[in-house]
Amino acid sequence: MNPELKGFLLLSVLKMLVVFTVVMVGVALLTLMERKVSAWMQNRRGPNRVGYAGLLQPVADGVKNFAKEETFPAEANPVLFLLAPAMAFIPALLLSAVIPWAAPLQVDLDRSFWLIGHVTYHGRLVMAVADLPVGFLFVLAISSLGVYGIALAGWASNSKYSLLGGLRASAQMVSYEVAMGISLVPVLLLTGNATFSEVIHAQQQGLWFVLPLTLSFFIFLVAGLAETNRLPFDLPEAESELIAGYHTEYSAMKFSMFPIAEYANMVTVSAMTATLFFGGWDWFGRWDESGTLLVTLLTGAGMFLKTFFFLFLIMWIRWTLPRFRYDQLMALGWKFLIPLALAYVMVVCFVLWVLETIAGGMSVVGKQLVLFGVSAVLCYVVFFILDRGAILSGSYHRRADATARS
Amino acid sequence: MAINVRVMKRPQREMSYVRAAMKGMVLTFKHMFQPKVTMQYPEERSTADERGVYTISNRWRGTHRMMADEQGRSKCVACGLCPQICPANCIKLVPGEDEEGNRYPLIYEIDEFRCVFCGYCQEVCPEEAIHVGVHFENSEYSRDRFVYDLERLTAQTHPVSTLWDPADPKGQ
Repeated sequence: MNPELKGFLLLSVLKMLVVFTVVMVGVALLTLMERKVSAWMQNRRGPNRVGYAGLLQPVADGVKNFAKEETFPAEANPVLFLLAPAMAFIPALLLSAVIPWAAPLQVDLDRSFWLIGHVTYHGRLVMAVADLPVGFLFVLAISSLGVYGIALAGWASNSKYSLLGGLRASAQMVSYEVAMGISLVPVLLLTGNATFSEVIHAQQQGLWFVLPLTLSFFIFLVAGLAETNRLPFDLPEAESELIAGYHTEYSAMKFSMFPIAEYANMVTVSAMTATLFFGGWDWFGRWDESGTLLVTLLTGAGMFLKTFFFLFLIMWIRWTLPRFRYDQLMALGWKFLIPLALAYVMVVCFVLWVLETIAGGMSVVGKQLVLFGVSAVLCYVVFFILDRGAILSGSYHRRADATARS
Repeated sequence: MAINVRVMKRPQREMSYVRAAMKGMVLTFKHMFQPKVTMQYPEERSTADERGVYTISNRWRGTHRMMADEQGRSKCVACGLCPQICPANCIKLVPGEDEEGNRYPLIYEIDEFRCVFCGYCQEVCPEEAIHVGVHFENSEYSRDRFVYDLERLTAQTHPVSTLWDPADPKGQ
């Protein structure tokens, strides 16, 4: 094995270890944060007994989950029942591999290590475990694999609540996958590339994509909430009607895998939102030119703050909005988000085409500002005019109108 | 779909779900910075008087207390009214009589598990001997410890309930 390959492998393994550790510890702390945020929003204090301010609560939960009895339904399908938690958990973790967490670091490594031998690496080290050329298409593909874990968990448990939860989850996640995918097409149009680092690069040269593609951002956020089964779209586990949905029959660490997968998915969705629409690890301007360790750390902190904000937003939404009814959920996905996303793709295409035709020499920022103007008008129309009884009411209103007319 | 359900016609034009959702978000965000209401129980405790932040009403009906006279004997004269009125039948009373003809309880036991804490025993007692107390911390390690005998009832020191006064229904 030549020293270059060794260097690549060594650094990749290091990146994997760091990302895995950070994501797992982050997920553990997110469970605490969720409880704290929910408590604060209800004028409570939240867990504060274990460790300083309750910081060790996730450890206590983990110990409890490991020590608990594993129940096993007699009629369950043993293989699938055991496989399902892993199938929910693995795609969630896989996703964290492609997201660039910080600015590329200039590495000049040329030395010998014990056991490994001579190792060299020269050049910019991308701060993602794998900066795939297919970028967020990979994320869309893998995140839709997560539905297998949930649907199989529901099916293998051989319980009606689990089955209903699993069915709901599969229908919901497949539906919103479409809207999510289409909402990312405008990003592709502006970037011309699906690699995450290229998306960030494109945002460095213009505006953050949240401005020119405001509507895409909202559609992505809503679809992301639905994809991660978070409130207001947590129909699959809907405790008031389905006990706990697909994980009703699970206990101990097997149960714990599902929340871990959910939180890992939340991290991915938040990180994706930050990367695709909020400039990724970039602060304003071009931070990656020097490639020093300080810049990498600072941009890492920037990425952390953005991701953290969206994680908080997701929790904030969870503890504010009530759960949708199932037909409303489906109506919102199929009758509103998908047509809206499609229409928005057409609008963005049209605006870009017009700008290209009549003002070819316009700067990138100028084009994006025009797009922002169009998006702002569209947002106003959608959120403050169209939503009046037209967005969320689904089939309910139409029937009421029909009855009233006849 | 259900039959004969009257679907209400909503004022569609006046309601904006996005605005309503945003209002809700602002509300929950404000709540994050409001003072917390949780009592940190083992460190903070509720009291029967106004000393602490958390007070229990002085009409609280908790575990019983037997009042004693100056010599430390219970005031109970074993008249038998409290086991008679007790709706849960939780008071066991065996009366005794000393040489001077004074009645006193040989056995006086209250099963706090059966008690419904109605406070009738305190209301009916002619000697103001048995009371329900303003007290709720009753944990024990075994079930049989919940049958309070006379000695234990007399040894209780917590404040006693004032019960509901018809003349002052709101307790002011």
